[in-house]
Order: sequence, then C-alpha cells, then structure tokens
Amino acid sequence: MNIIKRVTITPAGAAIDGYPVPVDGRGMELLTALYRHTAGDYPKFFKMDPLCRLGFVATELLLDGDRRNGCDDRAVILFNRNASIANDRRYQATIPHDSEHFFPSPAVFVYTLPNIVTGEIAIRNRYYGETACYILENNDQTIIEEIVGQAFDADPATTSAVAGWVDFNTEVDFLADIFLALKQ
Amino acid sequence: MIAKLADNIYSPLGTTTLDNYRAVANHRSALRRYRGERDLPEPFTASLLDRDALPRFGDGYTPFERLAIASVADALGRCGLDPTGGDVLFILSTTKGNIELLDPHCRGAWSDERLAPAVAARVIAGHFGNRRAPLVVSNACTSGLCAQIAAMRAIGAGTCRSAIVVGADLQSRFIISGFQAFHALDTEPCRPFDASRAGLNAGEAAATVIYTRADLAPADAWHATRGAIRNDANHISGPSRTGEGSFRALQAVTQGFDTVRLAVVNVHGTATPYNDEMEAIALDRAGLLDVPVNTLKGYYGHTMGAAGVLETVLTMCALDHGTVLATRGFNTLGVSRRVNVSDSHRPTAGRAFVKLLSGFGGCNAAMLFEKGGER
Repeated sequence: MNIIKRVTITPAGAAIDGYPVPVDGRGMELLTALYRHTAGDYPKFFKMDPLCRLGFVATELLLDGDRRNGCDDRAVILFNRNASIANDRRYQATIPHDSEHFFPSPAVFVYTLPNIVTGEIAIRNRYYGETACYILENNDQTIIEEIVGQAFDADPATTSAVAGWVDFNTEVDFLADIFLALKQ
Repeated sequence: MIAKLADNIYSPLGTTTLDNYRAVANHRSALRRYRGERDLPEPFTASLLDRDALPRFGDGYTPFERLAIASVADALGRCGLDPTGGDVLFILSTTKGNIELLDPHCRGAWSDERLAPAVAARVIAGHFGNRRAPLVVSNACTSGLCAQIAAMRAIGAGTCRSAIVVGADLQSRFIISGFQAFHALDTEPCRPFDASRAGLNAGEAAATVIYTRADLAPADAWHATRGAIRNDANHISGPSRTGEGSFRALQAVTQGFDTVRLAVVNVHGTATPYNDEMEAIALDRAGLLDVPVNTLKGYYGHTMGAAGVLETVLTMCALDHGTVLATRGFNTLGVSRRVNVSDSHRPTAGRAFVKLLSGFGGCNAAMLFEKGGER
C-alpha cells in the first residue's frame, strides 16, 4: 500500500501533507469555511451531522484533482473512537420521557450511525467500492494501516482507498486524519 | 481460508444455536406486540429479550455486555479455544452498543466511557481474559457480515490465528423511536417479500461465530470462502433502485462459482417495501433467481448488529439438517422479479450458501460459505 496524500483537520485548523490550509474559523465554523473553500456547491452539506461534515470536508481536501479518474471501485475505510455520539446526543434530546416534548426526528436519526459518513463520501464521489467503519479505542496507525492493507489484499476490486481516522466527540474535540492510498 | 470452530445464538427463541434452530423449524416466532414498552407512546411489534433472564456475570457489566458475554461463553464452551491467547482477536459487530445508557431511565451509575463501543468491546473481551485490542465493526445493518469479513482477512493475513466474532444489539427506546419516526416499522409481524409487506420489526439478539485457520479445524467444518462489501453511492437511507451495491457484492462472491451448488441465498429481507424490491432486482441482475431465497426476519425481526452473524449461523445449522428454512410472513410474491421464496421449509442437499445484507449509509455485504469434507 502506498499512501500518496494526507489531510488532517482539528478544531484549530486543517493541513494537507502538513501544509496549513488558508481558512479562518474554529470548530464547526472551520468546517463550514473549509466547505466554502472546497466544494461550495453541495448544499446537502448543511443537512449533515458534524461527523459527516468533518469527513466530507476532509475528503474534499484530499481528493482535489483526483476525484473520479477511473476509481469507481475506490474504497472508503474509516475509523474512529466515538462512533456517532455527538449526533446520538442530539437525537436523544428529541425523545424525552415527557410526551409533550417527544418529537423524534427522522432527519436526525439517520445520522445516528458512524458509517453514514462513508456513504456520504461514496455518494459525493460516486464510489461503488467497499465502505467500512471500524471503531477503535485509540487512533492507532499500525492497526489502521494493517486493516486497510488487508482490504487491498483480500478484494481484487479495491485498488485505491480513502482511509483513516474521522472522529467527532464535541465541537472542541474532533480529529480527521485521513489519507489516499493506492494498492501499488 | 477460514473455518468455523463453534457458534451460538442467544435470542428470545433460545440460548443455543440448536435450540434456535428447533424453534424456527417448529415455525415459532419471537415477534410480539408491545404497548407502552420502553415508555414509547406508540405500540410496536418486536422480538425482545427478557432482561431479567440475562446472566449477570457479577455487577460490572451493562445489559448489552451481558448479552454479548452470554453468547460468547456458550460458543467458547463448545470448542477448545483458549480465548486468553494473543493470537485470538475479538471482533464486535454492533450498530448501537450501549446507546441506551444515554437514556436517563437506563443510565444507572455507568460512566460516559461505556458509550464508546470499543470500550464495551474491551470489557467483553476482558471478561474472557483476552487483552488484545478488540475490533468493532459498525457498518449499520451489514455489520455482522463485515465483521466476519474482517475475521477472514485478519486470519488470512496472519495477524491472528483465531477470531471470536460476536454480533449484538439491544432494542432501546432510542432505536425503536427512530424507526417509528422513519415509518419503517410494521405494527404487525413483518411480511418479507409479500405483496402486503409494510415494514420491519426490531429484534434483540446476540450471536457468535468462532473462526480459525482452515488447517486447524475439522475437515467437515463450515468455511467462509469469499466476502465483499460494496456501496450503492445513491442515498444514505434509501436502497438503490438498481440494487447496485447488493448486485456488485453478490457478483463478487459468486463469480466463477457454480450457483447450482447454492442451497440458498439468505437475504436481508427486512420486509420494508424498498429493501425487498431492491434485493429482488439485485438477485435478478446477479443471475440468482433460480436459487432458493429465504429471510429469517419473520422469526427474529431485524436484529441489527447481530443479524449478519445470527442469520449466517442459523443457515449453517439448517443446512446441516438438510433444510432451507421457510420465510415466515411471506404469502404472495410482492416484488417485481420472480424470486424463489417459499413459506414452507424445503429439503436440500446443498452444502453452500450466500448471505446478503444491506443497510443505511448505502452499504451492502455478501459472503459465500461452503461446508468442507464429503457428504
């Protein structure tokens, strides 16, 4: 496996292969600024939960210029610690035990799964390849590269992958650390 | 290649694989109608466990963890595997893990940390003395197959010798209210592939399958031979109209395989109008309309993270008994392709099957299983 590009986003800023991306803002404002800096024309972004927004803009930065060059089978293999907890808390708030305020929202509920972000990335880029979400206690690069490497070895259709860590706990505690990898 | 050493199903129909098989062979369903359950304003039909009957294993485990531990303990008791070894990998398949702890009525004294699925997985593995970092697969309703695919890959790559794959989910107020809001639930027992189908039922269960390197298992064991995961790239909550991901996954696991050898394709068959139609299209495109098809949702409901493991294990057991299980709730074909589905158990001599699942996020997974040895 050959890692050809890496993107990191923290609440304080974003970087491509270690070079800072020139956008202002922190936390969720940073993600919105990155969206305007990259895609800009994908209003579905504003329907997404924070985890999907983070994964979406990280992938936009990663794939700039290498989105659809014969990579219909590209895999999206993401890892995190906190699953979909930020959005889970938001959904839980819509189902209190007092019936007056019980209004479960399907639009919020659909994001209560940690793999939805892999689907959002596949839809955006028309990737029909493998999508997978694994949960680890820590951002362990050895395990991550081991599992992505196994995906390349085990499935002949997988020749490139967007992969890595995309974790969102709170607005001040999130991290995307993703890479584009080729089999050869 | 990897082979099955042992398995378990822990469900409202029984606490061993064989008890579950006998219940289903006798046409029993765990689906019941509940009113006021989980403090929900609307009634629902589901397959729910008796929480009080779950073994406790002391005071240190949440209900979700107790369920998973009970399933793993039974499977481990059926094989000689030492779970404490560093060459044994725990893989947990779950969609929501301990999510019910978010509910103030269920919270108790549990810490926030327990909401992290990998922490729950460590607690479960730790119960068996396994100290290796566990892997959690959370790929919506395909998790149980993706977890088995992860086991295939890890054993194949030599990063572990054996893998304990446990799938589990409890049906909390969180999940049921969400599916109700989505209008995805049938208030009656579900009717997969039927013309009158109106939605799914939620189900609670855990299931375990223990895999090891094929050369370390008996020759007549079940083997997991192929697996594929594909995305629809279409919609996060609606199946593809062309069955794209399921078709591609089916194609990947059946390519070059003589499908006459397949006893059954055990599909997802949730009984939502869109899912079953999507699967029918995918089966047609993959050239599998002649192969018997079944779904087990009419017995268990949709058991989420457990489904892929439970349905795989029960299909293995049924084929060991020479049976393709009936699709309970099915009566009149209600999809656009002539899927080979039946409301009766059917005899079979087949020793291979395909398992198919799909889920939110547009994910689809398929696996091919073959029984080793001679008939």
